[in-house]
Amino acid sequence: MREARVNPDDSRLDPPRQGPQGGDPLRLDQLPPRTAAVVDGVDDRGPGVPSDAAAASAAGVDQIARRLRELGFVDGERVEVVASGPFGGDPLLVQVGFTRFALRRSEAARVRVRRGAA
Amino acid sequence: MSAGTAPLRLALVGNPNCGKTALFNLLTGSRQKVANYAGVTVERKEGRMRGADGRQYALLDLPGAYSFQAASLDEAVTRDICRGFYPGEAAPDILVCVVDATNLRLHLRFALEVRALGRPMVLAVNMMDTARRRGIAIDLQALARELGVPVVETVAVRRDGGRALVAQLDAMAEAPTVPAVQLSTADGPVETHVQAVADALHAETRRLLALAVTMPRRTAQVDDALDRWLLHPVFGLLALAAVMFLIFQAVYAWATPLMDAIDAGAGWLGASVGAALPEGPLNSLLVDGVIAGLGGVVIFLPQILILFAFILALEESGYLPRAAFLLDRLMYGAGLSGRSFIPLLSSFACAVPGIMATRSIQDPRDRIATILVAPLMTCSARLPVYALLIAAFIPQREVWGLFNLQGLVLFALYAAGVVSALLVSTVMKRWRRDKSEHALLLELPSYRLPHPRDLLIGLWERAMIFLRRVGGIILALTILLWFLLSFPTPPPGYTGNPLDVSLAGRIGHAMTVVFAPLGFDWRICIALIPGLAAREVAVSSLATVYALSAANDDAAAQALSPLIAQDWTLATALSLLVWYIYAPMCISTLATIKRETHSWKQTGFATGYLFALAYLASLLTYQLAVALGAG
Repeated sequence: MREARVNPDDSRLDPPRQGPQGGDPLRLDQLPPRTAAVVDGVDDRGPGVPSDAAAASAAGVDQIARRLRELGFVDGERVEVVASGPFGGDPLLVQVGFTRFALRRSEAARVRVRRGAA
Repeated sequence: MSAGTAPLRLALVGNPNCGKTALFNLLTGSRQKVANYAGVTVERKEGRMRGADGRQYALLDLPGAYSFQAASLDEAVTRDICRGFYPGEAAPDILVCVVDATNLRLHLRFALEVRALGRPMVLAVNMMDTARRRGIAIDLQALARELGVPVVETVAVRRDGGRALVAQLDAMAEAPTVPAVQLSTADGPVETHVQAVADALHAETRRLLALAVTMPRRTAQVDDALDRWLLHPVFGLLALAAVMFLIFQAVYAWATPLMDAIDAGAGWLGASVGAALPEGPLNSLLVDGVIAGLGGVVIFLPQILILFAFILALEESGYLPRAAFLLDRLMYGAGLSGRSFIPLLSSFACAVPGIMATRSIQDPRDRIATILVAPLMTCSARLPVYALLIAAFIPQREVWGLFNLQGLVLFALYAAGVVSALLVSTVMKRWRRDKSEHALLLELPSYRLPHPRDLLIGLWERAMIFLRRVGGIILALTILLWFLLSFPTPPPGYTGNPLDVSLAGRIGHAMTVVFAPLGFDWRICIALIPGLAAREVAVSSLATVYALSAANDDAAAQALSPLIAQDWTLATALSLLVWYIYAPMCISTLATIKRETHSWKQTGFATGYLFALAYLASLLTYQLAVALGAG
């Protein structure tokens, strides 16, 4: 399956927090369905973010990550994976705030979460 | 300001799914004008309404937006108009920010962005009836106090549900006020500032929610229950299949009697006019050009209206995004998105309403990709051609004791269209320059019962868009085609087929140079030309070329079948069948592509690639068939 990878540039906007085990942080796409969790933050990633820092700051703000934050994926918000699509478990149906969103797994992988209620 | 001056400009702004358009329909009724914003395909909806004292207002229903950090063309238009930057659009005098009372967590954040513009605004807390039913308590006074803007409640689905808003607007028209409170954020480098503003917006949203809103549950129970079934991997797909079957059935079956009636009506009108006027070019122009052309436009209306009635109902009810959720994975693999499914399905009936249905795809790249492959879905107009050729050339024979060979060939033709569409979109995905990740990020709104008023207004808009924008082009091209088919007239005493001497006939003969390798003789080439107007016309054109006089298309097909069976080789027939899988020979479709993409480049690309595919596939089929001894 897909590996959870932290982009070194992520620290620019949202310092990644370590998961409880001290390893890679838990990502929304790895969260089991119907499990109470809380958003930690959203990381910029993907092809929208070039690896060199100069280009990243010029044009590479990850639009998808920014939109996720605008939709309410912010620190401390309750989040839950409600269902997943019939083909390959993609996309995910995610409840955040009072709203449900369909997120592809690559989009959900930008969201760092921690288990448990807020 | 007095009531005598120009109407006050209002703009409705809010998140998608906040019930903004329903509120717009309630306030303006049928006094609406739908156009596009200058230079873009974003729909501009303007309407008029009257205040309690007769004051005139001009209302703009801005496209839904999640944020002023625009992620789509729609959102950029909304942002620029709210800020007063949009070229050719005056800045609105008052912004009416609409929020869904059941979804304030998301919508209040955007309301704060709107407030930050510092323009006169009123906050309309919509769907208060639903909120009360769900036991959600909202302290409007507290909201108004903390936000520093007037707050009113609205219920867009109730006749008097906009009264408080109108009263508030009347009061503001006398003395417009700008928001008194603003968020304070620390200044700093741009990047940290952007982040600080975003954080402050969320913090303020939370503060307002804690202060003014009590929610017993985060979601509606009915949504949870429905989603459990409708998004279920098995039952959800079964339900989707049932819905699709119903739509397909309706568009195919219910529209047919209406289309036959329009066809008969146009025929009757043509015959009456033809009898009333003296023989001559004017008679022919009116009957074969204008009336036939108008009939050819109006005949699409039943399918368009039935299809859009379903699509609008599905969209209003909240099911459409669920269908997109279920199918996104499949479509995404082929370079499309879940939202492409319904337009593509509609294209099996006719590509014209199918392409118009792509308006529900917000992402421009996904939308273009969907539009470009929509003509590959086998539309109902191709069926008569398939039926004629299959009946003439494919023997009625059982295959493996189960299937009928003719049925199998027909199925193969449909399947070839679908497979080609997936291949084409996959290739386009490979080749396009913009390989960036385009998000799904699809909101699944609460289920709602669609309101008849919203459905009717939506249907009316679609019908008008089709008749005005597409109809004109189809009519003009039909008349041009009539000209090609009718002139020059044969000299007196000429006994052959008048088509032969016409411009179209000459073009047909010239075309054989190109089409001979495909096995098409000059008669097929001539029939291809009127087939441009509508594919099914190819059958009656063949009848004309073979100098048959037949009362209608069915009779023409019956009489033609033995003739072409004798005249053509199997290779030619197969080649023509394959040609029709791809052939871009439908000016209505091309006109719709032009209208919906606003781009000659895209229209040209669609025409070019379809023609190239048709030519290559037919060439391959013919040469292979000849090599195998079917020539």
